[in-house]
Amino acid sequence: MNAPASKGTPRPGAADDGSIKHRVRTYLLDNFLMGGAAEDIQDDTSFIDSQILDSTGFLELISFLEETFGFHVEDAEMVPENLDSLRRVEAFVQGKRAAP
Amino acid sequence: MLLHEFLEQTIRKRPEAVALICGERRWRYAEIGALVERLAAAMQRRGVQHGERVAIYAENGVETVVGIYAALRCGAVFMPINPLTKKDKLAYLVDDARPVCMLASASLLRVVQEALPANGPLRTCIVSGGAAPAVGAGGPAPEAAVPGTEFVRFETALAEGGTALPVPTIDQDLASILYTSGSTGEPKGVMLTHLNMVTAMQSVRSYLELQDEDMILCALPLAFGYGLYQILMGFACGACVVLERSFAFPVQVLERMQRLHVTVFPGVPSMFAALLGLETLPQYDLASLRLITNAAAALPERQIQELRRLFPQARLFSMYGLTECKRVSYLPPEELERRPQSVGRGMPNQEVWLADAAGRCLPPGSTGELVIRGSHVMRGYWRKPEETAERLKPGPLPGEMVLHTGDIFRMDEEGYLYFVARKDDIIKSQGEKVSPREVENVLCSLDGVQEAAAVGVPDALLGEAVKAILVLKPGYAYTAREIVKHCLAKMESFMAPKYVEFVRDLPRTNTGKIDKKGLR
Repeated sequence: MNAPASKGTPRPGAADDGSIKHRVRTYLLDNFLMGGAAEDIQDDTSFIDSQILDSTGFLELISFLEETFGFHVEDAEMVPENLDSLRRVEAFVQGKRAAP
Repeated sequence: MLLHEFLEQTIRKRPEAVALICGERRWRYAEIGALVERLAAAMQRRGVQHGERVAIYAENGVETVVGIYAALRCGAVFMPINPLTKKDKLAYLVDDARPVCMLASASLLRVVQEALPANGPLRTCIVSGGAAPAVGAGGPAPEAAVPGTEFVRFETALAEGGTALPVPTIDQDLASILYTSGSTGEPKGVMLTHLNMVTAMQSVRSYLELQDEDMILCALPLAFGYGLYQILMGFACGACVVLERSFAFPVQVLERMQRLHVTVFPGVPSMFAALLGLETLPQYDLASLRLITNAAAALPERQIQELRRLFPQARLFSMYGLTECKRVSYLPPEELERRPQSVGRGMPNQEVWLADAAGRCLPPGSTGELVIRGSHVMRGYWRKPEETAERLKPGPLPGEMVLHTGDIFRMDEEGYLYFVARKDDIIKSQGEKVSPREVENVLCSLDGVQEAAAVGVPDALLGEAVKAILVLKPGYAYTAREIVKHCLAKMESFMAPKYVEFVRDLPRTNTGKIDKKGLR
C-alpha cells in the first residue's frame, strides 16, 4: 500500500522536506510499530494520543533526530509542539536547519 | 470510613475549592462530585453491582479519576490497567478479573476490540476522550465493535443524568484489584479492601503532613499505586491535584509547576534523572515546592544531593513500599544526611520486623526477609491461593495474617531499613516490577527462538534495564532491534529489553537451571 499523501498544507517545493517525514515515519514503523502500517501514522497523528510513543520513546526519537539531522535539541525545544506528530517534527527539523 | 467517603466529606467541606487541574481545565470538588454521581448512575443502569469489577484502562485525566470514584460509589471494585498494556496481556487481565464494565481511552479502543472476546464478561465499555482518533483512524465505529459489549461515550453516559442508588458497603469489602508482576510470569491481582487502602492512605498522609492548601503535581500513571494514591490522598485532604498525562515532556511539567506554584512533587528516580539532566532547571522558580517524595526505587546518593542543593526549601522523603500493602517505610528528611542509603523506618500504625528462612523474628542488626503487620496488608492475590500462601502467613494473633514481602533488608540498631536484595529474580525497571518469566514467554513466542533468558542489569536512567539473552534455532537470524520491536508490540515499554545478546548456549547450574548470575 502506498504511503498516504500529505494532507492540508501545500506541499513544500524541496524534495528534502518530504523525506523528513518519510524518514521519521520509517523510523517509527521500524522501531515502535510491530506489524503496523504506514497509514497508522498520518501526518497529524499525535504520537502520544495514539500510544505510539511514551516518555522513553520520545527520548529515543530525540536521539534519532539529533543523529540523523545533525543538530542538538535544546531543553526548551522538547515540547509536544515540536515533536508530537510527523508534521510538527518536519516543521521543527526545517526550523533547526534554517537557523544560523 | 470507606475510601470514597473521604471525597464525599471534602465535597461537603470545600465544595468550591479546586480539586483537579488537567491541562488548562479545572474542576471544583462539587463538580467532581456531580460527575461521579452521574457516572455511577450510568454504571448502575448498566447493571454494575456490589463486588463486581470495573476496569479502568485509560490515560491520566478527569475521566479516569471520575471512573475510579464512580466504581466505588457502586460498591464495585476498580481495577486500573496501565495504558501501555498490549492486547495479549489485556485479554489475560479481563479473563482473570472478569470485569463487567470498563472505562477506556478512545485512543486504546483498537487494543480493547482486539483483546475482548465476543460475549465475554464485559457488558459495557465507557469510552473517554473521544476527540483523539485511535491509531488507524477510521477503524470500526465503537458500537460495531464486540458482540455482547455495549460501547458508550463518557459524555453520553453522563448526559443520561440521574443519581446513583445507595449501595451497602463495609470496609471489609474490596475496593480495588491492583495488578503486579509475579515471578511465575502471570500478573497477580492484589486484592485490597477499603480498610487496607484507607489505612495506608491515612498513615502516608500523616507523616507527609499534607494540607488542604497543597498543590500536588502528579505525572505518575494512576494505574500505578504511587500515582493513584496522589489522587486518593489529595482528595481526602481537600488539596488540588495537577494531573499530567505523562512525564514525556519534562520542560512542560516544570513550566506548570512554576505557574501553578506546586507544593508537592512525587517522583521516581527516572523522572528525577530526567529533571536533573535539564540544563535549564535552575532557571525555573520552584520556591513554592515544599515536599518532594521518591518511591518505587532507591534514589542514587548523587541525585539526593543534587535535589537538596537545587531545592533547599523542600523536604525530601525517600520511601519504600509494595503493591501488597502500599507503603512500608519512609526516611524522615532530617535523617537523609546521616543515612542516605536507608529507606527509613516503619510508618505509623504498622509493625515491621525481619525474619529468617524459618520465619523466626531476628533482632536489630540482622539481615532477613521483611515482614509486615497491619490493616493495610492485602487480602491476597485474586484467584491465586498458592501465591497468596507464599506471601500471607499466620501472624502473632489468632486468625491474623502478616505479609512476607520477599524483599531482603538489613535493619540497623535504631530500626532503620536498608534494602539488600529480592528473594526472587524480579527486575525493577523505571520503578515497576518486571517478571523475567513474562519477558521470556514473549521472547519465546517469536518464531525461531529456542531459548531465552531475561535479567536485570544496572542502568543510570531506569534503575535496572532488562537484558535479553537468546539462543536461536538453526537457520534463524534476527537483529537486536527486531527483538526489541517484537517485545514492544507485546508488552509495556518498561518491560521490553534494552539490551539483546545472542549466544549459542545458556549457562546452566548443576541442577540444570539457567544460571542467571553469569548472564548479567
